[in-house]
Amino acid sequence: MLELDAEAVYRSLAARLREEVVGRDIRLVGVHTGGVWLARRLKADLHVAHDVGVLDISFYRDDFSHSGLKAGVKPSSIAFDVDGADIVLVDDVLNTGRTVRAAMNELFDYGRPARIDLAVLIDRGGRELPIAPTVVGRVIEVPPSIGVVLTCDDDSRFHLTLESRRED
Amino acid sequence: MKLAIRRGRLVDPASGHDAAADLFIADGRIAGIGGAPEGFVAEREIDARDRVVAPGLVDLCARMREPGAEGALKREMRAALAGGVTGIVCPPDTDPPLDEPGLVRMLRQRSREAAGARLYPLGALTAGLGGEVLAEIETLAEAGCVAFMQTRSLPHDNGVLLQILRYARTFDLAVWLRPVEDTLASDGVAGAGAVAGRLGLPAVSPLAETVALHTIFEMQRATGARVHLCRLSSAAGVELLRAAKREGLPVTADVGVHHVHLTDFDIGDFDSDFRLDPPLRAQRDREAILAGLADGTIDAICSDHAPVAEEDKLLPFGEAAPGATALETLLPLVLKWGAEAKLPLGATLARITSAPARILNEPTGRLAVGAKADIAIFDPQAPWIVGRDELVSRGGCTPFTGYELVGRAMMTLVGGDLRFERKPGSASTPR
Amino acid sequence: MRTEFGRNPQLNRNGELHHLLSIEGLPRAIIERILDTADGFIASASREVKNVPLLRGRSVFNLFFENSTRTRTTFEIAARRLSADVFNLDIARSSAAKGESLLDTINNLTAMQADMFIVRHAAGGAPHLIARHVAPHVHVINAGDGRHAHPTQGLLDMYTIRHYKRDFSSLTVAIVGDILHSRVARSDMHALAALGVPEIRAVGPLTLLPEGLDTMGVRVFTKLDEGIRGADVIIMLRLQNERMRGALLPSAQEYFRNYGLTPERLQLAKPDAIVMHPGPMNRGVEIDSRVADGTQSVILPQVTFGIAVRMAALSIAASSQRMQ
Repeated sequence: MLELDAEAVYRSLAARLREEVVGRDIRLVGVHTGGVWLARRLKADLHVAHDVGVLDISFYRDDFSHSGLKAGVKPSSIAFDVDGADIVLVDDVLNTGRTVRAAMNELFDYGRPARIDLAVLIDRGGRELPIAPTVVGRVIEVPPSIGVVLTCDDDSRFHLTLESRRED
Repeated sequence: MKLAIRRGRLVDPASGHDAAADLFIADGRIAGIGGAPEGFVAEREIDARDRVVAPGLVDLCARMREPGAEGALKREMRAALAGGVTGIVCPPDTDPPLDEPGLVRMLRQRSREAAGARLYPLGALTAGLGGEVLAEIETLAEAGCVAFMQTRSLPHDNGVLLQILRYARTFDLAVWLRPVEDTLASDGVAGAGAVAGRLGLPAVSPLAETVALHTIFEMQRATGARVHLCRLSSAAGVELLRAAKREGLPVTADVGVHHVHLTDFDIGDFDSDFRLDPPLRAQRDREAILAGLADGTIDAICSDHAPVAEEDKLLPFGEAAPGATALETLLPLVLKWGAEAKLPLGATLARITSAPARILNEPTGRLAVGAKADIAIFDPQAPWIVGRDELVSRGGCTPFTGYELVGRAMMTLVGGDLRFERKPGSASTPR
Repeated sequence: MRTEFGRNPQLNRNGELHHLLSIEGLPRAIIERILDTADGFIASASREVKNVPLLRGRSVFNLFFENSTRTRTTFEIAARRLSADVFNLDIARSSAAKGESLLDTINNLTAMQADMFIVRHAAGGAPHLIARHVAPHVHVINAGDGRHAHPTQGLLDMYTIRHYKRDFSSLTVAIVGDILHSRVARSDMHALAALGVPEIRAVGPLTLLPEGLDTMGVRVFTKLDEGIRGADVIIMLRLQNERMRGALLPSAQEYFRNYGLTPERLQLAKPDAIVMHPGPMNRGVEIDSRVADGTQSVILPQVTFGIAVRMAALSIAASSQRMQ
């Protein structure tokens, strides 16, 4: 059974990202929901000046024709000017790469960033698109039928759990 | 042809007969009931086991759409026979309206040729049905009109209506009127009430009916004219009629069979099949109609048959043509009403046989020795699903599409002539 | 032609919204989902690129049998912001030229790969008729049918109320004006009831009030002062000249004297009451300019919300699987 200490994995991610962004004036953008928690924590730990941007990619998913609009859409919100910005996109689990593609499509509707880096807590492989993360907390292998889920408890501590995944 | 109809349940509302009995026909008339007449030899025997043998139905309103539509008359006559209807009163709102003796004679001629049900034409009360100038009603009566009607509403001018009633009284001709005050009905398409309010449909206030009835009754008091009220629809209207009859006014009334069973609630999501004229009203109006039928305030039920083409119903509710095909659903719907009202079969059938005959003052709607052999032989238990394929009429639109109704005419005779026989297992196949 | 007895014509077998025909019959959960989704579109509207790709490749046809540049434009903007291809058909209605029947028009358009029809028609029930006859993958959105319903207006009015008042469960909402002829009023009343508003009031002269309001859970007032006393929300309706026939009202002046919302009258409502109007306004007839342009008026925000709410309604309807 795979043991995942979410907090430890997070510390790895934070350390690697800190190295990566030395000397840069980055803006963190988190993908709902897990990516947003991570982005906010990273902002505090890395002392990023700007407010975290929030993306809900429901309107950009590539499976709308097949699955429709998912319930629970939340508004996206990016307070800074995306034009010319140095952005680090943050998500919890990288799998097929479609979420990241949707997030990038949405970012580009805000403006033209100078640069986008991708920071993910867990890379579980299974890529269907040519998307690669810049920094990763941990790379793992799990069967496609298992989902990896990030949660955040009342004390703001992260937890990673493995669950059975519905066939979509 | 000499016919013997054997082993049927013979129901004659006029005499109260309701028992198994044989019926014998010769020379187009009923020659014997129960026992065969002296020396009678049947050329054909009809087995009426498990069937009701009743007078052919007399429908106080069915539109044939002729003159006007080619071939429509023949078709609708076949529909009538398939519904067990042997006598049809057709309103004068044909195209052109029935306000000339020549048109009446032609219609009667065509009807005879069609060899369907008997036609009792209503003449137009006013020239062109314009509601302004009296038509030549005495001449039209001579040509064969049984009564005279203003089809949509009362004439706008009360003065004209008063003169019409006086003139009709002169020749003791019956005046048939839709009790509708047009200025209060305006462009309504649904009965006024919570349903029309919720659906935002222009509504017809019951005042359109009650104000018209007050006017009619007051003028009857002044002139003594005989009036038949067509298609009562409101509770208040039924109550006014009840009082008028108590008073002794020479008035009779009918109600459309759809208003016996349906209310505005049935319109649902703007289903145009429920677009009728008069419009469907609320449950309390329906209950008043049922009470009016029960105590005889309302004399007869009619089909109000209006064969509407499907494309004229495939329009938003308010734009759809009002009306429904009903010659073939009249019998089962009346049987349904009778069963729900817990009436004996004779009392049920009276509303579509002896009562309409009395209103028309015609010797029909009864089974008596010497009477014309206009007979409906029907299966009171036969279930059938109402649908385009099951209907003979060219109009296929009815609120009862898809419903299972019980009761169907199996054979229909007019003047002793077997003009309709339903083949087992198939939709009606008239001869 | 008959739909299944008891089946909600707006929902598919999975209970998903497939057509938007009226607020009546819409489950509360779906209403709330549309409002929640609209939040997302308010957010995207503040960007440079206001489009999202949700309806890319879909063909949306505006079928306006009744003229309305305003409403048609907002639907067009909403559909374009969803990246749909939008086609406008202004079908002139004249009783003389029956020409092509309504359903023939629909069939022809479906043959041209229409995915969605946005329909405005002067006859109540027209969108229902169309919805009964389109192919299973096609969605019908009612942009106003006769006096019956204007569901997107009802939804955007609810969005507006939610934006300013948050909690529906303690509100008093007064709808003032020509309710008899108003599809906006009917949709608003159904929506308010569905969202649990405890006190819904209809205010107007007897000639402009329909029957059966009590069965819709609405209290009737014929005096404006009583009707808006203590109200949290006042929805003013346009006095619709084009819909009135005959002697319903003597004059606009007399109407304003008795039912016009003036600053003085507004004081009878709660101090933080909001004033709404579906537009376009008849200044000096149903509403005083000082109120229309005043601090309590939320009439302009309604328009902004209208586009986001319509985007939400269109995307949620388009999102359902086939109509079975």
